[in-house]
Amino acid sequence: MLVRFFTDLRAGGIPVTLPEFLVLLEALEARLAALSPEDFYYLARLALVKDERHFDRFDRVFAEHFAGAEKLFEKLAAELPPEWLEQLGERLFSEEEKRRVESLGGWDKLLETLRKRLQEQKGRHEGGSKWIGTAGTSPFGNQGYNPEGVRIGQSGSRHRRALKVWEARDYRNLDDGVELGTRNIKMALRRLRRFAREGAPEELDLDGTIDSTARSGGFLDIRLQPERRNAVKLLLLLDVGGSMEPHVKICEELFSAARAEFKHLEYFYFHNFPYERLWKDNQRRFSEITDTWSVLRTFNSDYRVVFVGDATMSPYEIEQPGGSVEHWNDESGRVWLRRIASQFPRLVWLNPEPEDSWKWTPSIQITRELVSGRMFPLTIDGIDRATRELKRKTPYTAGDVS
Amino acid sequence: MTQARFAGTDRYVATPDLMMAVNAAVTLARPLLIKGEPGTGKTQLAEEIARSLARPLYEWHIKSTSKAQHGLYEYDAVSRLRDSQLGEERVHDIRNYIVKGRLWEAFDSDVQPVLLIDEIDKADIEFPNDLLRELDRMEFYVHETRELISARHRPIILITSNNEKELPDAFLRRCFFHYIRFPDPETMEKIVRVHFPGLKQELLAEALATFFDVRETPGLKKKPSTSELLDWIKLLLAEDIPPEALRSGDPKKTIPVMHGALLKNEQDVHLFEQLVFLNRRAGR
Repeated sequence: MLVRFFTDLRAGGIPVTLPEFLVLLEALEARLAALSPEDFYYLARLALVKDERHFDRFDRVFAEHFAGAEKLFEKLAAELPPEWLEQLGERLFSEEEKRRVESLGGWDKLLETLRKRLQEQKGRHEGGSKWIGTAGTSPFGNQGYNPEGVRIGQSGSRHRRALKVWEARDYRNLDDGVELGTRNIKMALRRLRRFAREGAPEELDLDGTIDSTARSGGFLDIRLQPERRNAVKLLLLLDVGGSMEPHVKICEELFSAARAEFKHLEYFYFHNFPYERLWKDNQRRFSEITDTWSVLRTFNSDYRVVFVGDATMSPYEIEQPGGSVEHWNDESGRVWLRRIASQFPRLVWLNPEPEDSWKWTPSIQITRELVSGRMFPLTIDGIDRATRELKRKTPYTAGDVS
Repeated sequence: MTQARFAGTDRYVATPDLMMAVNAAVTLARPLLIKGEPGTGKTQLAEEIARSLARPLYEWHIKSTSKAQHGLYEYDAVSRLRDSQLGEERVHDIRNYIVKGRLWEAFDSDVQPVLLIDEIDKADIEFPNDLLRELDRMEFYVHETRELISARHRPIILITSNNEKELPDAFLRRCFFHYIRFPDPETMEKIVRVHFPGLKQELLAEALATFFDVRETPGLKKKPSTSELLDWIKLLLAEDIPPEALRSGDPKKTIPVMHGALLKNEQDVHLFEQLVFLNRRAGR
């Protein structure tokens, strides 16, 4: 029973391990959770989930699992309807509405039916016109269209009834697909930090000093070492204008977070797709341009390159010479991106468009293929995956990205 | 064996899930990792547990330069070196130069102590990994004297984190984890009551309403939290501000009195004043 819950959690994307599961069993044996399902929920979360970003996933799995497991909470279901439903009813229905309900067969009858359905139904349900669930036209459920409907599970945790604690899904916005702020981006980018000692020796090396003092028979021999610095060099290439307008805020946040994290950070702008010209000042993008060739020459291949762009455009802009929307380019975007990718083996493309919609846009498909699949969504999780990719000791070689 | 159970104190309001977390950590003697917004009482929790269970409290505050070794012990090589050059007698026993850390002190305690490891995320990214064995087995080895130090009573360990660094999985696996949510208005009212028992109902209601309004302001860099609210109420009481002063008109159009206690960031204060100004103009 609980073992299935454990495997369900793993399937739900929560990294639970066996020792943690054993701790939960130990805690249950110590009778930490009395018979209340609410206690069990808290205890299970405490022992199994170690990151608030996973709370929402946990709530979902928990709800799903224990909704199906009626045997365990049969008692609970039996005691649920009377006060729970009445309180709900009182809160959601005005007197007038209640009278209308009366005319449709009476309040008690509605509750009676609901109670029956609760017993009949064996799982979660969505749509449809009879079962209790979401988005349907049955009188029971939530987000439905029946004016006489009884809303279930959608309200807050006012009464602190067990079922609602996880149904409320309070931790939804902590799930890492969603939230993105400067601070979060910094956290993700921090993975990229790799400290190395570089430059002039100016810091006391205590261990070295003790060691060499001991070797020279107790006479102080001071040793110095260079300071530790973040040795990662980053080249940021940002798409501006056009279809990127809605994403400007995220990009700004990414940029300011990245700027604070790295000592060696260079950035350039491009429009839609990188061609032979890039620029640093968006106001003077036509007067002060930088030749892409000179960028390729200036930065050696130990720079890590991060593209930020939605890659959403007409495929001609990538495939055809002269395809650019704002100037004549002698060589196609494909050639240029290939060139950049071969100069910088550690390269990723961050895309602010949602990941599931990529496959519907041909230009995203092409770009993705050009960067050998190293395209990631511009979410915390995506940046995390991207930094992991950038951190790999052995840079990408053809054919090892799925 | 019946254990003393933690159920909040007269100074600290604990939600049911927090009580469960603390009691589980006490019963199974496993470290409890606490996360949450700054100012939600993470550090204070340790003090209150120690107080309510009548246990000694050892606090270990972590800085960016802290090393795991600092919590165990330090070998003061430099003073031994100096003593050796001065020819002192005590130089012959290395024990004289071993300085105990907080963890060792807690392991030495006669009754089960509470150990607070505060803001573990401030330290180097490898720091938690260096404490794995110590937290798991509650013992460590002193290389200089070749002694194995093990805890006389497994301490109740509380670890707080502000989420500045991600903690390694191996470390997380050994802890219980609890995330302190920002209190809802009801809990908040209880918390304020606990701190200011004599507070008038009207002032409390007005202050809470204003406070949650300020928190709702979009785009704040640092939202005011429980500790800011308590400071603010203390100020209001000290200045003897009547509840009517808080109620004067639409909260969107007036700047609450002494908002400096709620907003700690120059940009936030500025943003807030601008919003109020805009609302006032729009409302005219």
